[in-house]
Amino acid sequence: MRAHLTKKIAAAAMLLASTSVAHAGDVEVLHWWTSGGEAAALNVLKQDLQGQGIGWTDMPVAGGGGEAAMTTLRARVTAGDPPTAVQMLGFDILDWAEQGALANLNDVAAKEGWDAVVPAALQGFAKSGGNWISAPVNVHSTNWVWANKSILDSLGISEPKSWEEFEAAMAKVKAAGKTPLAHGGQAWQEATMFDGVVLSTGGADFYKKAFVELDSAALGSATMVKAFERMATLRANVDENFSGRDWNLASAMVINGDAAFQIMGDWAKGEFLNAGKEPNKDFLCFRVPGSAGTVSFNSDQFAMFGVKDAGAMADQGAMAAAIMSPSFQSAFNVVKGSVPARTDVPNDAFDACGKKGMAELAAASDSGTLVGSMAHGHANRAAVKNAIYDVVTAHFNGEYDAKTAAEELVSAVEGAM
Amino acid sequence: MARSLHKPDFKTRLQDWLPKLVLSPSIATTGLFVYGFILFTFYLSFTNSRMLPNYDWVGLKNYARLWDLSHWWVSITNLGIFASLYIAICTVIGLTLAIFLDQKIRGEGVLRPLYLYPMALSFIVTGTAWKWILDPGIGLQNTMHLWGWESFEFRWIKDRNFAIYTVVIAAVWQSSGFVMAMFLAGLRGIDNEILKAAQIDGASSWHLYRRIVIPMLRPAFLSSFVILSHLAIKSYDLIIALTGGGPGRATELPATFMYSYTFTRNSMGVGAASAVIMLITIAAIMIPYLYAETREDRS
Amino acid sequence: MSIASQDSAVKNNRTTMVLIYVTLLVFALFYLVPLFVMIANSLKPLSEITGGNMMALPKEWTIEPWLKAWSTAQIGVEPTGLRPYFINSIIMVVPAVIISSIIGALNGYVLTKWRFKGDTIIFGLMLFSCFIPFQIVLIPMAMVLGKLGLSGSVSGLILVHVVYGIGFSTLYYRNYYAAFPTELVRAAMIDGAGFFQIFWRIMLPVSGPITVVCVIWQFTNIWNDFLFGVSFGGQDQPMTAALNNLVQSSTGVKEYNVHFAGAILAALPTLLVYIVAGRYFVRGLMAGSVKG
Repeated sequence: MRAHLTKKIAAAAMLLASTSVAHAGDVEVLHWWTSGGEAAALNVLKQDLQGQGIGWTDMPVAGGGGEAAMTTLRARVTAGDPPTAVQMLGFDILDWAEQGALANLNDVAAKEGWDAVVPAALQGFAKSGGNWISAPVNVHSTNWVWANKSILDSLGISEPKSWEEFEAAMAKVKAAGKTPLAHGGQAWQEATMFDGVVLSTGGADFYKKAFVELDSAALGSATMVKAFERMATLRANVDENFSGRDWNLASAMVINGDAAFQIMGDWAKGEFLNAGKEPNKDFLCFRVPGSAGTVSFNSDQFAMFGVKDAGAMADQGAMAAAIMSPSFQSAFNVVKGSVPARTDVPNDAFDACGKKGMAELAAASDSGTLVGSMAHGHANRAAVKNAIYDVVTAHFNGEYDAKTAAEELVSAVEGAM
Repeated sequence: MARSLHKPDFKTRLQDWLPKLVLSPSIATTGLFVYGFILFTFYLSFTNSRMLPNYDWVGLKNYARLWDLSHWWVSITNLGIFASLYIAICTVIGLTLAIFLDQKIRGEGVLRPLYLYPMALSFIVTGTAWKWILDPGIGLQNTMHLWGWESFEFRWIKDRNFAIYTVVIAAVWQSSGFVMAMFLAGLRGIDNEILKAAQIDGASSWHLYRRIVIPMLRPAFLSSFVILSHLAIKSYDLIIALTGGGPGRATELPATFMYSYTFTRNSMGVGAASAVIMLITIAAIMIPYLYAETREDRS
Repeated sequence: MSIASQDSAVKNNRTTMVLIYVTLLVFALFYLVPLFVMIANSLKPLSEITGGNMMALPKEWTIEPWLKAWSTAQIGVEPTGLRPYFINSIIMVVPAVIISSIIGALNGYVLTKWRFKGDTIIFGLMLFSCFIPFQIVLIPMAMVLGKLGLSGSVSGLILVHVVYGIGFSTLYYRNYYAAFPTELVRAAMIDGAGFFQIFWRIMLPVSGPITVVCVIWQFTNIWNDFLFGVSFGGQDQPMTAALNNLVQSSTGVKEYNVHFAGAILAALPTLLVYIVAGRYFVRGLMAGSVKG
């Protein structure tokens, strides 16, 4: 019944799409990359397509890491008028595929040989039922620490290799009267730290059991309690004005030398580079101490929505191919701070942190320690992700102690399934 | 009305139908776009809808889940605090300013638009501006420190026990001027002879307002109550711009709850259930008002 | 009924008057501070904002942020500024306000001067539509717009705003016309005037004050709407959606001065309407809409 109806909706969507999308020879792109560097990088893609005679209709909707854009998308799909391509993350792509709303990119993928060059973990989010539905733009990873090198040098702190060393380092910074950890109090930022902390506390297998398989025993385990205790330690090391701060303002605290560390995904690197800072000279990038060798990733992709008209399909294919071309992947990711979504892109253009990220991604992919980021919708669906957010942010803001938080986590996840 | 005046010929009959004809598009659109959609939401609240609407019946499961969520309890508790303070403070400020402005104030023409202009701004702009002012690091607290008042502390927006009151401040800022305008209009509509007669009888100003003027403002009280309560229940943009629902989930309201469950958590069924509860609340407030409104008309 | 000329019957002594003036001025300050903060900071270079005093006037005055917000800020892939979106908003708001006000006036006229059995119930049902939370209509509205072929178009947006504007505009006109003597309408009817003739010749000429209220209200609400604009606007997104893109950008330096300039630009038309027509607003409210 349900499948039947959704198929009907999707079929109607496709039919209408072919009649009402702008004019032929245009792709309409819904995205939330509206700030300087990202938008400039996207403009490269736009010009590439224009060179092939394909117009670009821009539909930017910023806010909440794409939440506003997803609402717009839902209205468009329900109206039977979806955009050609939509910036999307993780399980959202698979959810839309399940609704039968996405296009089939197998022809382009076969011609360009995507199967061979895209890491398997990433393919899990770009393919559905064996068919390519989406073109990945990049791979971000979330378990990074960004550190101000001059603070560390002046206090005689070397790069912490274990959690204990990290705690000791933060204590030293605190004693010196600086903020140890720059943090913005928003649910997703706390969840991003939680990605790294859980990896460092329990390792990749525990992470998968808890966040991917949603195993209740793992979610309520002593290891999880310990992870929450470590979150409490982090909480004790942030400044008192953290609540509601945007993540890039937290990065600015590290850049300006007000704070020593920030735990944040590699998009933070863009802030450092924009401020004229150089990796290994002005700032350091390393994995959350204790999580070295594991990588929690998330990937921005352009999911392609179903279009019927042959010309529109060709344009869509051309856009997908342009996104996956090594030159675009390199150009875009150098700016964005992420690494390319294909393994065969040369790393010459990347800085030290970028090179490190590429090498570690490849290694983690080979050793099976590459896990999807819970915080960014690559471990589970939106309902579960947000249920975990609720508990993590409540604990971080002092509503629960570590033990209660682990118990709440079990019940919240069960309630959301 | 027309029927009683003329014998029905074609033109009269047309005249008879014309009013209803003119009204009919509004009736049709209201029927579909308001009541149709409410029914649709009601139906969705009994289904297993997640990302898009679907029609798998699950009975009361979504309601059970809704009342099980601490998140929802936080939202409705917050609405209780927010709505009562917001309505009460706006009414007090609006009434006070209106009465004061009504004392033959010099410069009323300058003051009135000053009080009124916040209503012209969107809640997004209001929220963004107040987020700045209330932020201890850059806003009021910082300013006071720079001006030499080092011990000044005002960090409610960062405190989960007090953050909801900052929402009240911003919302009051936005709407109290509008309430003032409604009361002022009410005051200007009162016949001065009544007041003069009362004053000749020796009533003090305080007495005059308490016993005579304020009771006569009943329609303005009612109108502002309805407008304020609907703004309170619908508050969404302000929360998003001011606190984003934080710290933690401390300033979530039913409207943000509903949006988040429907659109970001892909639990459309639960979102619809919360919407139904909201609609019932609105109806509980509105129906007595509408009843009073229409009854007064007949008399 | 004129606004400031009326003698207040109450006489106050000097201390009371001082107290009244102080209170009024304190509140004026309260209402002005946020606007002052926005304007002052929109005229500063960014370096003065970060780490500076929010309440201080600019040391170095610049209109650069305003120019940037208007014409070169990054809204989407191309740095267009808010300008094109401003025009989109105008194209959407003007027809929506006109249509919903005309419909409201006609409805109010019918509901007060051509009453029939059940008219109060119909009015009640229409009024309830003012209070419907817009989030719940998003999905079904999208379905309907899709069926009508109006998805992602300005006409679709106009339709949405008219539909949800009817409740308030009907309320305003109905309460206003209710106070208008029905005898005049009846006399005209006896003279043989028709439905539209009466509306045109008798009702419309006296509708000035309430039209001001209705237009201000609708203009403000429609101009400030974000949710419908971003969901149904398609490529012709309104100003609020563009402002959101400007302010919400998640990476790069936060250019607060540009954000504030953008916020004021987005609010400028409604601010102007309130300042220019504000005095008529109270007069219009007085003339009927608060009679409840």
